Amino acid sequence: MSETRTRGPRTGGLEGILPRLVLAPTFVAILVFVYGFIAWTAWISLTGSRLLPNYKFAGFAQYLTLFTREPRWWVAILNLFIFSSLFIAFCIALGLILAVLLDQRVRAEGFFRTIYLYPMALSFIVTGAAWKWILNPDLGLERLVQQLGFSGFTFRWLVDSKMAIYTVVLAAVWQSAGFVLALFLAGLRGIDDSIIKAAQVDGASLPRIYWRIIIPSLRPVFLSSVIILSHIAIKSFDLVIVLTRGGPGYATDMPATFMYAFAFNRGRLAFGAASAMVMFLAVMALIIPYLYSELKGTRNA
Amino acid sequence: MKRLAIAVLLLGLLAFSATAGEVEVLHWWTSGGEAAAVGVLKQLLEKEGHTWKDFAVAGGGGDNAMTVLKSRAVAGNPPTAAQVKGPQIQLWGDEGVLTNLDDVAKAEKWDSLLPKVVADVMKYQGRYVAVPVNVHRINWMWVNPAVFKKAGAKIPTTWAEFETAAKKIQAAGLIPVGWGGQPWQEATVFETIVAGEGGTDFYKQAMIEADPEALNSTTMVKVLETLRMVKNFADKGAPGRDWNLATAMVIKGEAGMQFMGDWAKGEFVAAGKKPDVDYVAVAAPGTARQFLFNIDSFIMFKVKSAANEKAQKAMARLILQSEFQKVFNQNKGSIPVRMGMDPKLFDIPGQLSMKDFAASSKSGDLVPSMAHEMAVMPAIRGAIMDVVTNFINSDMSARDAAEQMANAVQAAM
Repeated sequence: MSETRTRGPRTGGLEGILPRLVLAPTFVAILVFVYGFIAWTAWISLTGSRLLPNYKFAGFAQYLTLFTREPRWWVAILNLFIFSSLFIAFCIALGLILAVLLDQRVRAEGFFRTIYLYPMALSFIVTGAAWKWILNPDLGLERLVQQLGFSGFTFRWLVDSKMAIYTVVLAAVWQSAGFVLALFLAGLRGIDDSIIKAAQVDGASLPRIYWRIIIPSLRPVFLSSVIILSHIAIKSFDLVIVLTRGGPGYATDMPATFMYAFAFNRGRLAFGAASAMVMFLAVMALIIPYLYSELKGTRNA
Repeated sequence: MKRLAIAVLLLGLLAFSATAGEVEVLHWWTSGGEAAAVGVLKQLLEKEGHTWKDFAVAGGGGDNAMTVLKSRAVAGNPPTAAQVKGPQIQLWGDEGVLTNLDDVAKAEKWDSLLPKVVADVMKYQGRYVAVPVNVHRINWMWVNPAVFKKAGAKIPTTWAEFETAAKKIQAAGLIPVGWGGQPWQEATVFETIVAGEGGTDFYKQAMIEADPEALNSTTMVKVLETLRMVKNFADKGAPGRDWNLATAMVIKGEAGMQFMGDWAKGEFVAAGKKPDVDYVAVAAPGTARQFLFNIDSFIMFKVKSAANEKAQKAMARLILQSEFQKVFNQNKGSIPVRMGMDPKLFDIPGQLSMKDFAASSKSGDLVPSMAHEMAVMPAIRGAIMDVVTNFINSDMSARDAAEQMANAVQAAM
């Protein structure tokens, strides 16, 4: 902000108040319905609430039970870890490769772009239902290949409790890779051609130009992709519910499905709230450093 | 003059509303037969001049309805009655929002109409706060006799006989058990085996009292081993399968048998199959004398106006009278909770069920179902189901599972 800029018209009272007036309802709504309820959930997690909320303080007992006596919670945490790391890695790798390939001025680029982006237009519910049928050994891929004559072929990840979490990764990557592609493509188009030309004049090969110049300059795109994908991963709920229902058993349970089951189906509101708070803190651990670096960046600029 | 007319009209309306009240009923009976069954109650109430305000919340096997009910109750504006069952009635009683139905119960002699086990579920601190609607039996085995004939197998009455029969069916190239791999269905088979292998006393200890010693006992290890044996006779597509698809496998003759509550009968009826000809319904192996029950009920909330209270009491009275019990249960496929009704009003599996219901209530083998939220609080049920489904879907040993079950239940208390 420059010091010389005047501070808006002081004379017109309405004009001065109007922006604040217009923003006030949204501000109040966010204050109550976002921050208010975060605080409420935090408080509930420190009580012994079961079917209905009560407000008697009970300390950190719920958190203690969560981490020491609930094997299902650890399954959910481990799944979240497997899912989010593979989901983010594959989405970015696939998105980047596709973006680089599309960036080679291919013919019918618009056509390919549409195809790759199309899964994004579907909700996770549709993706989940489609993949559920594709991966079902009685209906989908396994049966198709066996009917083609390969009778020894088996593909049963969906019904195998050790492999089922990877089917969730598969469906989620299929859905979101196109979105990452779009982000990277926009980033690639934003790079100044003259830099690349200069490198070419210097005799650098194309892979080397990509590796040394283009990809490093896409750093902000990487950062936003990771942030966007990781919050999709932490909140993943609908895909799991539709694709596996958390099963076989609870092998593909995630913190979000865990929270829902305990808070709403089992009358353990405080326990569910405690798991929700752990999820919230996990998201905060990702978002706060990001916001901090962003805000610091603009202040210095 | 005009004003007077209006005043008279208003007074008339007031007088009318003083005798005729309104009931708002929260339920999740929205599918064809169920909706028709509820419609009967609506008609009976309207015949007495009351109005019925339907508050149906579909989906999630009642989970959605419960979420709505909680928010209404927290806001201090609960409906007149809500479909709540089993130990959850006690939780609502603890909140102090339920009304006392003892006057209706006394006038209608509920204590002599209902088995004591059932009446106890409906009472909070000795007072009636809920009305039972119907009885479902859980421990059924649905058999396709054609499959058994083809395999040369005999319908089993013990779990050992089951293994022999299942092997024969497998050898004939068919699937012995139509299995739905969802936690509640797996828990249904589990509790059936607990009753069949462990007996009624062990069932009460493990599934009702959730006694850690019973849960982590050699009997439980044996039960879990039997459960795994039964599961191994299911096909590879079982995980996640809905119960009615598993029933369809039995109907089509792809699978030999299914363990499921008596609502499975609806699928056979809808497919035009005849009992004792196209399908046979028998008690699951080892549970011929036992009756694991699942009873739907309505809890009644305190209401403010006298007229509405009158309507509420009328609803409670009508639910247990023979007229409603007959029509409702014929539509729903369950049996009346009111004892001593004419069995001829119901079909063959219904008659058998009614006979066993009466006999088991005398012998003490009438026990509430754990899997169907009748025996323990939802938190404990969830803990047991987690272990059962994890045991079935992994290679965990039966001994470890029994130990984990005892631990999980203690953590959830």
